[in-house]
Amino acid sequence: MRKLLKTHESYIAVILIVFSLIVGIINPKFFSIGNLFGLLKSTVVTGIFALGVLLVLISGEIDISFPAIGVVSMYITGTVFEAIDFSGPTILAFLFSGGIGVLLGLINAAVISTFRLPTLIVSLGTLSAYSGFVLTFIDTRIINRLSEPVVVYSKLAFFRRTMESGQIAELHFSFFVYLALAALTALILRYTIIGRGVYALGGDRQATKRAGFSIKKIEYFIYCYVGLLAGLAGIIHSAHVRNANPFDLVGGELNVIAATVLGGAIIGGGRGTVHGTLLGVMLITVINNSLILMGIPSYWQRFTTGFVLLIAVAIPQIGSVKSIRTPRRVRS
Amino acid sequence: MKILSNSPIKLPKTKDNNLNRLIIISIVIFVLMAILNPGKFITMRNFRSMSYSFPELGLLSLGLTICMITGGIDLSIVGTANLTSILAAKLMVEAMPENPTSAIIALYIFLAVGVAFIFGIIAGLINGYLVSTFHIHPVLVTLGTWQVFSGIAIIITRGYAIPNLPKPFLFVGNGRFLGLAMPLYIFLALAIVVAVLLRKTQFGRSIYFIGTNATAARFAGIRVRKMLMRAYVSSALLASTAGLLMISRTNQAKADYGRSYILQAVLVNLLAGVNWHGGFGRVIGVAIAVVTLQFLSSGFNMLRFNNFARDFTWGVFLISIMIFNHLMNERKNRLEADIAGAKSVE
Amino acid sequence: MIAPLVEVKNIHKRFSGVYALSDVSLSIAPGEIRCLAGENGCGKSSLIKTIAGVYQPDEGQIILNGQMYDNLRPIDAIHEGIQVIYQDFSLFPNLTVAENLAINSQLEQGRKLVNWADMERTAQSALAHIKVDIPLRSRVETLSVANRQLVAIARALLHNAKLVIMDEPTTALTHNEVDSLFEVISELKSEGIATLFVSHKLREVLDISEKLTILRNGRKVSEGETNEYDEASITYHMTGRHISGNQFTFDATDDEIPLLSVDKLGREGAFENVSFNLSSGEIIGITGLLGSGRTEVALTLFGIHPANSGRMLIDGREVLIDSVDAALKAGIAYVPEDRLIEGLFLERSIGDNIIVSILDRIKDRMKFIDFKKASSIIETWIDTLKIATPNSENPAQSLSGGNQQRVVLAKWLAAESRIFILNGPTVGVDVGSKLEIHTRLRELASNGAGIIIMSDDMPEVVQNCNRVFVMHKGQIIREYKDDFVEDQLISEIENLK
Repeated sequence: MRKLLKTHESYIAVILIVFSLIVGIINPKFFSIGNLFGLLKSTVVTGIFALGVLLVLISGEIDISFPAIGVVSMYITGTVFEAIDFSGPTILAFLFSGGIGVLLGLINAAVISTFRLPTLIVSLGTLSAYSGFVLTFIDTRIINRLSEPVVVYSKLAFFRRTMESGQIAELHFSFFVYLALAALTALILRYTIIGRGVYALGGDRQATKRAGFSIKKIEYFIYCYVGLLAGLAGIIHSAHVRNANPFDLVGGELNVIAATVLGGAIIGGGRGTVHGTLLGVMLITVINNSLILMGIPSYWQRFTTGFVLLIAVAIPQIGSVKSIRTPRRVRS
Repeated sequence: MKILSNSPIKLPKTKDNNLNRLIIISIVIFVLMAILNPGKFITMRNFRSMSYSFPELGLLSLGLTICMITGGIDLSIVGTANLTSILAAKLMVEAMPENPTSAIIALYIFLAVGVAFIFGIIAGLINGYLVSTFHIHPVLVTLGTWQVFSGIAIIITRGYAIPNLPKPFLFVGNGRFLGLAMPLYIFLALAIVVAVLLRKTQFGRSIYFIGTNATAARFAGIRVRKMLMRAYVSSALLASTAGLLMISRTNQAKADYGRSYILQAVLVNLLAGVNWHGGFGRVIGVAIAVVTLQFLSSGFNMLRFNNFARDFTWGVFLISIMIFNHLMNERKNRLEADIAGAKSVE
Repeated sequence: MIAPLVEVKNIHKRFSGVYALSDVSLSIAPGEIRCLAGENGCGKSSLIKTIAGVYQPDEGQIILNGQMYDNLRPIDAIHEGIQVIYQDFSLFPNLTVAENLAINSQLEQGRKLVNWADMERTAQSALAHIKVDIPLRSRVETLSVANRQLVAIARALLHNAKLVIMDEPTTALTHNEVDSLFEVISELKSEGIATLFVSHKLREVLDISEKLTILRNGRKVSEGETNEYDEASITYHMTGRHISGNQFTFDATDDEIPLLSVDKLGREGAFENVSFNLSSGEIIGITGLLGSGRTEVALTLFGIHPANSGRMLIDGREVLIDSVDAALKAGIAYVPEDRLIEGLFLERSIGDNIIVSILDRIKDRMKFIDFKKASSIIETWIDTLKIATPNSENPAQSLSGGNQQRVVLAKWLAAESRIFILNGPTVGVDVGSKLEIHTRLRELASNGAGIIIMSDDMPEVVQNCNRVFVMHKGQIIREYKDDFVEDQLISEIENLK
């Protein structure tokens, strides 16, 4: 089992390649540049959320409130910027949405850290509270008129070319934002003390304290960073779909957690990598987006996600089932 | 309930404080809602309407209670409820021959209920098997099966509702017997069954042991795997019953019905003092908690709060309860630590 | 006279008005190897925590390197070179050896970024310091317990340690590993680093330490050069009683059918061809190195890992033990490694703990648990074993250690167990409780039970068993019976290494 885990990322990569080949054989359109660019774009929102989930999972907890944070940040940004008819730089919209995300993350962190409550339960509560808050106190309508800078962003793409079919293929800028955030997360996890603290916390809480880490600081960092990522994912999603819908995103949490777990992060903590998460997100996206290419109706999507998640978590455990039946190896 | 008090083996006294606290919270909320809604809250009509709506959540919560006592959780209950009730509805609506006699209708209803329970058992076995044999975290297992079960439900219905269930079947969710709502009878009956199951059977006692210390339970000869399987099957059966109640009451089966019930069921159990880490929890607490939540919900409705405001309040309420319990336990732990410190001085 | 490294004078520490430490003074010189001994609850941990700055004493002085501290904080203690290695080592299982070794230093430097090259260098030199070679990049969870401990020691030394405090360091180590630990400690001494060694394993205390301090009930009751003590005198100071271990004997009657007969039992990959008899009233020991297969035999006898070959007979009748349930029904009870009380449900009532294994036997005709029957069984055993509690509904954690052991016994006796398999029954248990457990086992045997002790604690096995089997590489290689001496057994085991 350990051997399997050691190569978990490569094992996901192999599945990804094999699956892509199968889809490509069934429908050669899969390998068209247009589809591939489209796939990369659709990994972005799930992927940015997943980077946050990765941190939480490494620290040994489960958070499900991030889509609510995303939707609240995005919708408040949309509402405010619509009201003031904002026309400043795009980055400001991102900072605003990200900032709201950080604030909501701060609330999560305060409750979790101060009262030492399980994140799953707290985030179950905040998930409901945040999205309920927006729908009660802000509004329930869909904003179709996004502010100018967000519209500009939504058209920001590279490698534009017209396909033979007349369709336009382009790689959206968001993908580079995603890669940059992934790189940032990887650097934080690998090269900062607080990043190592996240791993330490997931490894052994008591030892983390004794080593001189401030657990409070680590927890605040994790949930604020998750909030930031969720806020950014929210605004990017809003730009992608060109509206701000207060009913959006919530409900997609499992998809993201599934992607992260597929990528090798372990419930229970201590383990998980950014490149694994990228692969996991890619795999989930390919599976979901390829159903239609393979002629499977889209209402199979939910079932597929759940099924893939179960398979992904069950496979590393098969060893433990076997050991019940066959003798365990003697320790030397 | 005599069975709950007449045994020599009682849960530690501290847990009863929890129950007292719950009763007080319940009364406070009741009085508050009565004051905020003068002349509307304390009416026969309101009580009747409440007695139709809380049993669904009550049954789902009881299922969750059983799993939480083992130290696990079942997040798939709503998925199970929807899937099994859709299968039942499919049978009752689409397989029903034209112009059926009442005997045929009765037969189909009977078959439909049977199908719901059979698939409930299968769903529970899947959860139980993955949790007990594969040793996968129950949160992950049931998050996954939740998606799989509702996914299958969506595939079957393609997202559309199945309306127009046979008339006699609607009686279960909407009828009255001796002036009281049918769902109320079903809830009370099953609550008693679960209480007896937990209190008086080998299975019930065993899952309390498993939730307290799974390793010790194994060495004491408790069949942990078998008991876990049974726990998840019980939970799924209660969910199926809740599903049947839902479709009967609303006269349609939908794949995405009752999503917010998960949060509420967790809330009910935490409010009821069911231990998040397993080992402790009582049916009477769950019953009071679910009724309390109904007071709150009905009261809000009368105050013209919309559903979203309710979501918001549930969330805030859940976190407040957790913080409150935490603070109470901390006080208790400090006291105990002092006593323990005095006793062993280490 | 060298100035003491650590000096604590007249320390008092109260918890809720009860003294954990009362007028304790201790002085440790540089390079000294000191042992702190005492039973559980004697104040050892409180004293260590006081020196480490975790607890603030109510009265008394703490002087480290000549510097007096009124309010010693953990960080001060670390700066003064005090390092505590806790029993659980405080390591991160998911991180590499290098990171475990060096993360503290990186934190101490107040860095924000990790310097991996620096980290590896630090880690390398830390391991070189105690002359051990553990791959820096392997994750700690893949290491043996002994290696983890070495990592913990190496880490402690990184902080310019002048005094290393080790809390029960040998609990999980094999003989060989204990020896190499002692080498490391001597090595430290040669560098002028003192060691405060907390233990209740008398033999080790005598082997390694130069000076000895014994605590009892929060007071220092004895202190001196170790060579002035022997096992009996240490035991006396620790317990306040004269405890003399007497040899367990058993008079076999030849023609009797054995209680348990194990015949050529085997389990693929674990052990093979294991045969022995156990008579009623007998206590036998199975010993061997770690990995000899003795734990596997125990798990097979208890049905957790059923056998592939061979058979088991109880009272001469063949029984099939393919599950824990089957084992319990056949009257076999098993106590896992660690302590006797590991089998308890601490938060549950005493009554619950007594009937946990017999739930299926106290059902009425309706298949419901018969609470009347349950409570009469519970009351019977509480009376018979004199479990001191006002109420059987109190949680088991409200009992003292000795009474908790009795609850475990009551559980077995209620289940009508006759064959008891104990795996390392007194690992981590102090002298007084150890004696109580041994007494309890002999009581059981004299009441007709058959007992199997799996242990590598030679004195324990020798004193309490009338026969001892030595296992090696999954086979029984020797049986000692009647008049055998401990040294014989120890040298046999040593030769296996």
